[in-house]
Amino acid sequence: MRDTFARTLYQVAKRQPNVFIVVADISPAGSMAPFREEFPEQFINVGVAEQTMISLCAGLALRGCRAFAYTIATFSIYRPFEQVRIDLCYQNLPVTVVGIGGGVAYSTLGGTHHAQEDIAVVGAIPNMAIIAPCDPLETEAATWVCAERNGPTYLRLGKAGEPNLTAAAPEPFEFGKVRLIRPGKDVCIIAYGPIMKMAWEVAERIERETGRSVALVSAHTVKPLDIDGIKRILNSFETVAVVEEHSERGGLGGQVKQLAWDARAQCKLVTFSLQDKFIHQFGSQRDMWTAHGLSPEIIYEGIVAG
Amino acid sequence: MNQNTVAETFDAKLSKQRCLKFRRRMLDISQTVTALHLAGAFSCIEIVDCIYNGLMRRDEEGKSVDTFLLSKGHGSLAQYVVLEDLGVLPRTELDRFCQPGCILGTHPDFGIPGIEAATGSLGHGLPITVGMALADKVQGNDRVIYVVLSDGELQEGSTWEAMMLAPSLGLRNLVAVVDLNDFQSLGRTSEIFPNFYPVLEKVSAFGWETVEVDGHDQQAIFDAVSSRKGNAPMMVIARTIKGKGVSYMESVPIWHYRSPSPEEYQQALAELAGAEEKV
Repeated sequence: MRDTFARTLYQVAKRQPNVFIVVADISPAGSMAPFREEFPEQFINVGVAEQTMISLCAGLALRGCRAFAYTIATFSIYRPFEQVRIDLCYQNLPVTVVGIGGGVAYSTLGGTHHAQEDIAVVGAIPNMAIIAPCDPLETEAATWVCAERNGPTYLRLGKAGEPNLTAAAPEPFEFGKVRLIRPGKDVCIIAYGPIMKMAWEVAERIERETGRSVALVSAHTVKPLDIDGIKRILNSFETVAVVEEHSERGGLGGQVKQLAWDARAQCKLVTFSLQDKFIHQFGSQRDMWTAHGLSPEIIYEGIVAG
Repeated sequence: MNQNTVAETFDAKLSKQRCLKFRRRMLDISQTVTALHLAGAFSCIEIVDCIYNGLMRRDEEGKSVDTFLLSKGHGSLAQYVVLEDLGVLPRTELDRFCQPGCILGTHPDFGIPGIEAATGSLGHGLPITVGMALADKVQGNDRVIYVVLSDGELQEGSTWEAMMLAPSLGLRNLVAVVDLNDFQSLGRTSEIFPNFYPVLEKVSAFGWETVEVDGHDQQAIFDAVSSRKGNAPMMVIARTIKGKGVSYMESVPIWHYRSPSPEEYQQALAELAGAEEKV
């Protein structure tokens, strides 16, 4: 995902003037090379200084430039929170905060590097949009959206090696709209971000073992949430599940439950999230999901039970 | 237009007269609200006037070519009265300061005429102006960005992040002025935080062109900035007195926030009238 972002940003900079990437000593090194070679003045490393990274981007935006702030998700949001809130969101400036390794992607680096409540924190700020693509293809589309929309955006990316899941998606990527990426008619799994891969596995297993047809929906735009789209799903399927790599507090699951009440939905609704706790473990990203109670088995059982 | 070109003449006497008028205007406004940051505005009014009326260049229509940002947003009254005097802000707005429907509050809000960014939370202004200066440098715009910081604001880590960065980015178009009144909200900085000093040497060590001046001496500020070498960003350490111009306010912490009573207001006006005779 980070390489796709870097390659896409290079394409953006070739097409639009004054595109800046401001990093805090973290960069997709190899894939950023073409951008750095062609636009050396527009690649800025502020050093390990995240507050200045954000405020500097605000200053660039106030001068009409298109700025992307880029670092590990935790450092992109938590350290400079007030700069994000005031300089970007209060002033409603077109700056994208790119958080690499949203969720627990930095699985061997430990809890200091886990952005497991970032959407709750950032989503609470007025004006802020959140896009969390599920694969490199969506990352490319999302980067173009960020380059063109008015207002601040938090672009929550995974890390590297995510497979493309949306090449044959029946619906296109559209900011602010849920997107059907795999057709089905009985069960619908809504997810966003790299954990979509696990949702896909579960969908295939349900079809294989129960014969029920399973749709997959990418809720890539976590904010503003496609309320009508979610309500339509809740009223169209007998079972709806939400799978997310984010704390159960302030994520998508709770919002979908709230909308189910508003929509008087009659479906079975189950949600699967990271737990509201810090974990002190290491391993693969999947090991982190398991430690938080997220596995294909648990999700499968939760959906087909009862 | 050369980057270092500023108004050819700066009349410090006129500036002193303006600053007396500005202090009176701020005192008038103080009688309409229970609290405002009068003392912090009085400490930087000469700095703000010198920048707007001396240093900032204007095009043929009188619009400023350069940029001003008041990072110490709580000193907003000092900026408002100057903007009002320049015709940027209508008098009707300042007359209803902080009232419902008024665009002017205690901290400058983004979107108001003459206000470049929302300030009020300290430590944001310098890194924002670093971004502006960087954009102007890359785009080849001939603009100087003036930013006024409080000394208390120099305790924010983000200010030092930006201070380290600006010279490294080769920003020559950035001039910061520190309103060094030696007071923060709870008391005298040199007592609370002695190792805050020396300031100038710290800033110089980070690669800034630095100078220390009397922050109530407009001519000294003007001369220091207009004669800068311009090979690096400049930081002017302007020694000031918090509450300057009204004896009972000077260096008394309560005036960081309080509004004068009607009697105190009259006394302040009388003191300013006395000062005017001297000018």
